Amino acid sequence: MNTVYFDHNSTTALKPQVLQAMLPWLSQTAGNATSRHVYGRNVRDAVETARKQIAECVGVQASQVVFTSGGTEANNFAIKGIAANLAPTQLLVSAIEHPCVSRPAQSLAWHGWKVQSIGVDDQCVLDLADAAQKLSTRTGLVSVMLANNETGAIQPIAELAKLAKAQDALLHTDAVQAFGKLPVDFGALGVNAMTVSSHKIGGPVGVGALILDKRVDIAPLLHGGGQERGLRSGTENVAAIVGFANACELAAASLKTRSETQAKLREQLETGLQRLNAVIFGQQAQRLPNTSFFAIPNIEGETLVTALDKAGYAVASGSACSSDSTEPSHVLLAMGVDADVARGAVRVSLGEHNTEAEIQGFLQALQQEVKRLKGLSAVAA
Amino acid sequence: MSERKPIYLDYSATTPVDPRVAQKMIPYLTEDFGNPASRSHPYGWTAEQAVENAREEVARLVHADPREIVWTSGATESNNLAIKGAAHFYASGKGKHIITSATEHKAVLDTVRELEREGYEATYLQPEADGLIDIEKFKAAIRPDTVLASIMLVNNEIGVVQDIEALGNVCRANNVIFHVDAAQATGKVEIDLEKLPVDLMSFSAHKTYGPKGIGALYVRRKPRIRIEAQMHGGGHERGMRSGTLATHQIVGMGEAFRIAREEMASENERIRALRDRLLKGLLQIEETYVNGDLDHRVPHNLNVSFNFVEGESLIMAIKDIAVSSGSACTSASLEPSYVLRALGRSDELAHSSIRFSIGRFTTEADVDYTIELLKSKIGKLRELSPLWEMFKDGIDLSKVEWAEH
Amino acid sequence: MAYSDKVLDHYENPRNVGSLDKNDPTVGTGMVGAPACGDVMKLQIKVNDAGVIEDAKFKTYGCGSAIASSSLVTEWLKGKTLDQAQEIKNSAIAEELALPPVKIHCSVLAEDAIKSAIADLRAKQGK
Repeated sequence: MNTVYFDHNSTTALKPQVLQAMLPWLSQTAGNATSRHVYGRNVRDAVETARKQIAECVGVQASQVVFTSGGTEANNFAIKGIAANLAPTQLLVSAIEHPCVSRPAQSLAWHGWKVQSIGVDDQCVLDLADAAQKLSTRTGLVSVMLANNETGAIQPIAELAKLAKAQDALLHTDAVQAFGKLPVDFGALGVNAMTVSSHKIGGPVGVGALILDKRVDIAPLLHGGGQERGLRSGTENVAAIVGFANACELAAASLKTRSETQAKLREQLETGLQRLNAVIFGQQAQRLPNTSFFAIPNIEGETLVTALDKAGYAVASGSACSSDSTEPSHVLLAMGVDADVARGAVRVSLGEHNTEAEIQGFLQALQQEVKRLKGLSAVAA
Repeated sequence: MSERKPIYLDYSATTPVDPRVAQKMIPYLTEDFGNPASRSHPYGWTAEQAVENAREEVARLVHADPREIVWTSGATESNNLAIKGAAHFYASGKGKHIITSATEHKAVLDTVRELEREGYEATYLQPEADGLIDIEKFKAAIRPDTVLASIMLVNNEIGVVQDIEALGNVCRANNVIFHVDAAQATGKVEIDLEKLPVDLMSFSAHKTYGPKGIGALYVRRKPRIRIEAQMHGGGHERGMRSGTLATHQIVGMGEAFRIAREEMASENERIRALRDRLLKGLLQIEETYVNGDLDHRVPHNLNVSFNFVEGESLIMAIKDIAVSSGSACTSASLEPSYVLRALGRSDELAHSSIRFSIGRFTTEADVDYTIELLKSKIGKLRELSPLWEMFKDGIDLSKVEWAEH
Repeated sequence: MAYSDKVLDHYENPRNVGSLDKNDPTVGTGMVGAPACGDVMKLQIKVNDAGVIEDAKFKTYGCGSAIASSSLVTEWLKGKTLDQAQEIKNSAIAEELALPPVKIHCSVLAEDAIKSAIADLRAKQGK
């Protein structure tokens, strides 16, 4: 495929070094971590080493890391697991959460929880005043993402943590998009639980983790053999866990230079986009340096994405999980963006290896496609 | 590491990844890395195609429709999803009673216990001394409010094969949803879901030479079985299980199940010969007992108790072979195997049990070495054992008054 | 679980395995533990006229730590008087073998076996 990949917030290519770290655990000798013989011991050691590496990347102790099958499971585990051990009160989630936070939250309505949404401003930043106001009602759990997957807008989690703490509410943050793109320190954020995932940072798909404050009393989502200290049963996916840890270390090492490079590339991109009269969503917010979410007026996002794909550029029209539907992005609607404008949304999310030349090529292709599509719509009109 | 690797006879804990499976997986880790849910570019399409091909392979092994296969992170998740998912969905119409057996895997037992905490009632059937469930006792356990029964096809510790067809017919006649944990069964026994009266069936890849971290749940379409999702999110897997699909792992599971389908018949024959050789050798040791029925059993498993030797010292003595004492998931603790206890074995015999599980890469030389090792080490430990001395002196140990702590 | 080198040594090469004639008036036999608990230790001591232990033998059904604990005490017992033997404490056994916390009961059992053997001998000798 000669396509230029601009969809890194959806998934990233596995780094070659990560593959090398994983291969021994996909070979013939890998045992079951719970077995007592040397095959089991080797696997256990590898899992525990990985746990330490990941713990260091987010500034916690190894025992605070619970491995899961990915971000979706970790988010479900956090929301349902923490709620299970609390008396049902109010549950707050932001209006811009990924469905794997908002849907398990909604499912708790069946169990007596009052689920409320915290709004965002027109730049996709959490409305702290709204949060404070809603927290004045007795609240058990709050979940707000650290950075939005669509706009890249970074949320004021540390401030929210202070508000939540003052009201004795526990705070979970879905850091899947932020992790590896921003420095993420669990303690500094002041949260009680945090979700991280491997495949957004150059690690393999199929593994993630929930980082837990030791005081949090959480019920398991998966019951069984008692792995992960009883918090997550199921045979440890050792190859993926080792790959995840390796990817974490690589991401941490390259974070600074990568952020700087990507910020420059995005500036180049957005300068070009503005010449095409694009609306850039959340541009005034502090954003992940790799993400740009925009719309060209009067051009449908889905159509543009398909056209760009033919021209050799892989971009997203919304979050990957919802690209099935033609509903406008719930994130943009929460920001107060007009539904017609929102339907035009296209996301470019940069990775480590994207270049200036690729951005330039993309802008040219975009300009041509816009011209062509506008011509078409003029004819159709 | 200078340590020589012991001979691996723990295929029921996990199997090595078949090299053919690993080869098939690697491209999906590198060049074809798209998210199968990304519909807007070819990276996503390639991944989606691979996922669907694998789904077909899994379906073919068990004679199911690919649309009946839901991907999960492994058999533990499949068991949780099937049992909680069906119980939650059907409880209001049928009731809150569940039947399972005392020898199920922990992933089933713990899930049922969780439902008990939610207000369900459970019957844990005790198997017969041979490990098999008595069909009449199963029938007798069914109540008007029984919503679900969960019985495993092949037991992980003793390898016995339950009569799923008969049990399933009882469930059908009584309008009870029937879940079967088949994690230990794929590639070892024929599974034909066109014929078997089974509604939900759990599968694992890493017990069948595929990768860890991937499994599947069969959910029957005719008559349609509904389950409540346990992981909510992007609505993947037709809403039954959200979460980004791990394409490389799914591809690995598909390839592993393809190989199982094509090679099962010849492989089982070879493995049966090895198991019979091992059995013959071990039975030459005095006071040795096979746990579980030998006829209704997969050829891969041999579970044996060696009387008058203590389990942990036995494991230490035979560290040149990698085996399990009890189930892999519980062997970190010192409790005797609950499966053997359920069969009525004494604590001593349960403690001194060894599960030998044979697989694709086991050789005749491995088996012969194992027999000689056991003969010599059991002999040595019995030399050390005051119980063996008493037994040889004709003392009935059950009559001795022990100075217990 | 990782065993110490000393436990492994005693386990691989147990000292003084065997039995003495339990009807010999100079032999004391102690049997402690129960099969259902996973440990049974049989310890025998033989004293000379001076009341010094000149031989000690053991047989143990139990884990590596239980075997090592009983093997170790047979070494320690030889050459000791009964009073000195009575002073052997489980903590010394546990320390010598670097037993992990979950295995401390093995050293307790070994101490009990010594006491039981001494008691048996004293009862026999009517002292």
